[in-house]
This record gives sequence, C-alpha cells and structure tokens, in this order.
Amino acid sequence: MSAKTDVMEASEQKADPRWRSVEKTMRQHGYHANGLIETLHAVQEAYGCLDEEALRRIAAELRVALSHVYGVATFYNYFTMAPPGRHTCVVCMGTACYIKGAGEIMERISKEFNVAPEETSDDGNLSLLSARCIGCCGQAPALVVDGEIWGGLSADEVIERLRRVLNDA
Amino acid sequence: MNATSVRIVTLKIDDRELSAREDRTILEVARENQLDIPTLCHLDGLSSSGACRLCLVEITGIRRLLPACVTTVGEGMEVYTNTPRIQHYRKLILELLFSERNHVCSVCVSNGQCELQELARKLGVDHVHYPYLMPELPVDASNPRFVVDHNRCILCGRCTRACDEIEGAHTWDMRGRGIETRVITDFSDPWGASSTCTGCGKCVHVCPTGALSEKGRSVAEMVKHKHFMPYLTLMRKEQS
Repeated sequence: MSAKTDVMEASEQKADPRWRSVEKTMRQHGYHANGLIETLHAVQEAYGCLDEEALRRIAAELRVALSHVYGVATFYNYFTMAPPGRHTCVVCMGTACYIKGAGEIMERISKEFNVAPEETSDDGNLSLLSARCIGCCGQAPALVVDGEIWGGLSADEVIERLRRVLNDA
Repeated sequence: MNATSVRIVTLKIDDRELSAREDRTILEVARENQLDIPTLCHLDGLSSSGACRLCLVEITGIRRLLPACVTTVGEGMEVYTNTPRIQHYRKLILELLFSERNHVCSVCVSNGQCELQELARKLGVDHVHYPYLMPELPVDASNPRFVVDHNRCILCGRCTRACDEIEGAHTWDMRGRGIETRVITDFSDPWGASSTCTGCGKCVHVCPTGALSEKGRSVAEMVKHKHFMPYLTLMRKEQS
C-alpha cells in the first residue's frame, strides 16, 4: 500500500493548495483514523469531489485500509467520487417529497436536460442527484439547486426555472 | 479479565434454567447448552456484527426481537429461541436472501456444503414468496487462486472481519449501501490487482456460501474449513 500511496514528493504536496486544507483537517484530528469522515469532507470541499489520489494518500496518512476509505466514501450520499457539473440539482426523494411527485420531477428533469439520475450531463453543465430527505418536508416536493432550496413547485415550474439557471451561466 | 469481577446470572432459555457469566451472549450460552440458534454472519473466532438477523430471539418483557449473537445475558431473563413468530421471521429473512441475488444451487461450487442452503433446508424454506431480482452481477476471477462471485454473496461480512481481525490486512470491505452494496478489495480494484491481499485464503474458508471459492472447483466441490478460526484467535491473543 505504502509504495503506491505514501510516496508523494513533499514539494508536490506543498504545491497543491487544495491538499493543504486536507492536511490541516488531518492534523486537527491528530492523524487519527476517527478523523476520516471529517477529512473526506475536507477533500470534497477542496477538490469538488472525492479525488482518488487524495483518498489513497489519506488512507496512508491515517493508517486506514484502502477498502475502508472506499467503503465510507461510497456509503454516504453526500460524498461523490465524480467531479460535479457546473450546476447541481438535488431532488429530495424522502417520503413526503416522493408522495408530492418527486419521482416525476426527477424523470422530467432527466428527460428534459438529457442527464441520467446520479450523473452529470455530457456537456458538464448539470449534475442530477437525489437525496433521502433533506429535512424540508413542509416544502415538498423540495429540490436543492446550486445550494438553494426550491419548494412546492410543479414539475413544469421546476423545468422552467432550471432552464433559466442553466442558460444564465 | 478478572474472574472475580464477573457476576454469574441465572436465566431461562426455552424454559430451561441456566446460569452463565453476565458477559456472555445469549447465543454462546444457548449453544453451550445444546440449544441451537441458527446463524449466518456469526462465526466462532470472529467478532459478532448482528447483521444477518437469523439469531433473533424473543425475550419476555421486550417487544422487539433481539439478535442473540450480540445480546448479553441478564439476571432473570426469559428467552425463547424458536417461537412461531421467530420461525416466521427467519424463513422470511432466508427468502429475501434467496430472492436478492442469484442463488442457483444446482450450478454452485458450494452445493451441498453451503450454510445458506443448509439453513433453508433445516428451517423448511420450500418456497420463495418474493419475485427474484436476478441482478446482473460480475464474477471476479483475477486472483490467481481464488474467485469472488457476487451472485452468491449474502453480505454477511465474514470475509471482511476475518481479513481485518485475524489476518490484519483489511483487504476486504463493503462499498455502497442498500441493494447496491458489494464486497470490495482495496479501492474496489480487481482482487488480483490488490496490493494488500496476502493470498492467505481465510476469507474463502469463512464464506458461508459459494461467493468465495478456490479456483478449479466444480459444482459441489468447494469444501470449506472453518474450524481453524477459534484456534487462530486464541493463538494470536496468547502472543500479544
């Protein structure tokens, strides 16, 4: 394991400013294995996704098995290993939203913008994701578009607003 | 552990009066007294995870069913290990396991040696009342000596625990969640490309089904040896 992941030129590590925030998080947790999830958050924040090379380095630094890191990274819905598109749209599939038609909204967006659920469109413009309840059941059906919550919209309204967002960029 | 600090409790399992150290699990005490509780994920010598839920038992005064492998005994406990309610759930769990992946015994290397098959026979599972999902799952034969067939995996986690707790390599783990969960080696790399696997084969022998097998075995030829597990655990504790 160490041969592949451990050996990273010190200068190269310093040169990547993204790695510095990850390093800082690991240091704050005393390079303990129990800081793994916090460190993964730091990676996702700095890199936009869970970069494979970064994960291999974390495994070596925190002395956690590669398979364990991969397991944690893929278990949580929040973590993603694919680089996100310019815009992200998270459709809440929690019970309340589902009953209010989240499934249809998901399908419509998928068809309209030619992007499969949980994937990014070919032009890299939109990532379509789902979540299991974002805690906004009162606004069902709820979506999170570029960090902003959209609630109580019909499928048509969602498509229209989303088209405006995508065309603006 | 200091023997004097552990209390002895008395309890009833299936109306039999028993006494046991308070740090023992219901499963351990039952088996020591020749009371059989079915298990799939539990294996002597490995830690218990309570994953398969086959060892669920009824305890008087507790509405929920509790897994015997991770529930310790208590003073005055009344445990029932084989009520109609439990039998119903155990069969249901087995049926769900059968329906989730492709457990086709007639072409499986573990046919006749399989713990899942044996339990189904013992508990009288003669029908599966759920539609088979029949997922398309890969078989990884990249390791020079072993094969992992995800079609037969029930995600009991024995391979993962044996690799982590006994071998110390932690090559195996699980990725994803829910129906997407798979056992993986390293970074979900092919087993043959694993840089941490020592090739010891413990995972293969602790696997209850035909998910992990030795290469070159044909139908019903994969005989597994699990009895070395408690021995290994014991010997490694003595050393440390």
